Amino acid sequence: MGLNSTGTTGSTGSTGDISNTGYSGYSDGMDRHFIELDRVEKVFDVRKKTGFLRRERREVRAVDSISFTVARGEMVGYIGPNGAGKSTTIKMLTGILTPSGGRLRVAGIDPSRERTRLAHRIGVVFGQRTTLWWDLPLIDSYRLMHRMYRIPDARYRENLDRCVELLELADLLDVPVRQLSLGQRMRGDIAAALLHDPEVLYLDEPTIGLDVISKAKVREFLRDLNAERGTTVLLTTHDLQDIEQVCRRVMVIDHGRLVYDGPLAGLHEVGDSERTLVVDLERELPPIEAAPARVVKVEGPRQWLAFPASESAAPLVARIAAEYPLVDLSVREPDIEAVIATMYAEQAQYAKQTEFAKQTEFAKQTEYAEQAEYAEQADPARRPGEAEETVP
Amino acid sequence: MGTGRLYAAVAAGGFRRYATYRVATAAGVFTNTVFGFILAYTYIALWAEKPHLGGYDQAQALTYVWVGQAMFAVMVLGSNGFEAELMERIRTGDIAVDLYRPADLQAWWLAADTGRALFHLLGRGVAPMVCGALFFELALPTDPLTWIACLVAIALGTVVSFAIRYIVALWAFWLLDGAGAMQLTWLTGVFFSGMLLPLNVFPGALGEIARLLPWSALLQAPADVLVGEADPLGTFAFQATWAVVLLAAGRLVQSAATRRVVVQGG
Ligand SMILES: Nc1ncnc2c1ncn2[C@@H]1O[C@H](COP(=O)(O)OP(=O)(O)OP(=O)(O)O)[C@@H](O)[C@H]1O
Ligand SMILES: [Mg+2]
Repeated sequence: MGLNSTGTTGSTGSTGDISNTGYSGYSDGMDRHFIELDRVEKVFDVRKKTGFLRRERREVRAVDSISFTVARGEMVGYIGPNGAGKSTTIKMLTGILTPSGGRLRVAGIDPSRERTRLAHRIGVVFGQRTTLWWDLPLIDSYRLMHRMYRIPDARYRENLDRCVELLELADLLDVPVRQLSLGQRMRGDIAAALLHDPEVLYLDEPTIGLDVISKAKVREFLRDLNAERGTTVLLTTHDLQDIEQVCRRVMVIDHGRLVYDGPLAGLHEVGDSERTLVVDLERELPPIEAAPARVVKVEGPRQWLAFPASESAAPLVARIAAEYPLVDLSVREPDIEAVIATMYAEQAQYAKQTEFAKQTEFAKQTEYAEQAEYAEQADPARRPGEAEETVP
Repeated sequence: MGTGRLYAAVAAGGFRRYATYRVATAAGVFTNTVFGFILAYTYIALWAEKPHLGGYDQAQALTYVWVGQAMFAVMVLGSNGFEAELMERIRTGDIAVDLYRPADLQAWWLAADTGRALFHLLGRGVAPMVCGALFFELALPTDPLTWIACLVAIALGTVVSFAIRYIVALWAFWLLDGAGAMQLTWLTGVFFSGMLLPLNVFPGALGEIARLLPWSALLQAPADVLVGEADPLGTFAFQATWAVVLLAAGRLVQSAATRRVVVQGG
């Protein structure tokens, strides 16, 4: 697989470069703004029965003014708690949902306007659904893709062989889809989404319900796909390992708003995360006093101290060693899951506040002012993420 | 041409899908045959009492019975066809998968349903018809052209049948639970297709109206062509008109549905 295997990924003729240089080397605007969202909104009208023949209308802002861009060849993780608006965003990116507001472009195309034209350039995997033909052998679904996307015969054969090999589908091709296990079906679906050489692949929870080995296979496949073909990947997941192992960039969304956009490691700085110092003393002692660290747990002679991840551990250790009978110690890095959990919790609280603001019928401006204020108050480390949110 | 191959592949898939369920097919043939016998004896009693009811002699009436049993699955007069599946896809949100594909929803399902109808014609139509011909004296034509004309009428009938059910299925975009709508169409279909009694037996204005409704394209039309009671070309024109009108209406509903209405589920 080399340069010539990048196939139909565009007319630039330099698609092969993607695997070497990544997206940074591109001056072409279309490639840097391959996926572009500008204050995109999606509001659902929900009608609830509140009594006999009485209905209450409520608005759900599933996606609330989101802006971001993804360059060609990037691999981006899209995470957030349940109901954050991830699937809704993906649906808008495929064109099956029309945004209620804002501007959205994928490869220069307005998805909901030109859904069919876009369809030839994107691949989609909804982990919870299948594009495969339930009652028929797997291979039949692939033959259908061959016709549907009008894939040239040689190209189809090559792509199929490659997917069959890398996703280990050889023994499954003649099995009716309804007899496949979840993991097998998911691999089958991923292959189905890639036979037509899409330039971008959206995956909505592609590893949901998979075992460790299947997950590893899927992740490796996605990395290879990106490296060899320069396919842009946008994936949502609740498994942070997917992000850690596949994506260089992560976007966190909550209550329909983008709350972080940057490298995964950067989440530590944003999330006010804490490292933990575990110290073993000679004997049981009252909790150590060493601000800014605070004792979070005591178990016999062993004590756990939490301190801000941004602080250096050295002076803290020195101080404790000077004042206490220290036997052993270790420093634990914050767990990324914990960081994100804190972040979700903070956001939930913030959302409650804005909800209150909405109910008391503040004008939109006030709300935005408040939001800006909130951003000011928060850890300044939040700012870079925030800045990236706005599209130039 | 590429599009033609796609929908041919979809139709082939529709055919093979139903072909995989052999036991269900056998059970269906059995049921249709049993019902054929019951109806045949009822009709014999009825036509003995009132010969030339609705312009049929007894042999024509019996032919009508067995054509009805043969068309039962083909025209989806009894069970649920694709519409139950399509409604379920809309309700659960699986329709999302169908919508982001570069294929037309209506054409896709029409192709799949045509494949299904072809299978049902062979798998569930031929056997009851042969059985009826063996045990009863039917008014079957000897001219192969009449048989061909009947097949054309059947083909047009399946398109009308599809077009009706497609519109019904799309209501699920608004109603979400389409079971009620489906039952209503099913009842209407059984009555107005002439499954219970030939439509030309219906008296007065009811008969006039019933014969003009699209459901009469499903069973009455091919049966009348077969027993030589209707002019084939006029029948084709009638069926084709309904097919075009209903397919166009389906397109309208489809574009309204996919534009305005929401895809369910995460
Ligand atoms: N068809 C719909 N009608 C009404 N509200 C909807 C609809 N689809 C989604 N929502 C609402 O929009 C919000 C976002 O939903 P979405 O499915 O995008 O979340 P998500 O981030 O994918 O969550 P999860 O991690 O659980 O999959 C939720 O509050 C949900 O209730
Ligand atoms: Mg979701």
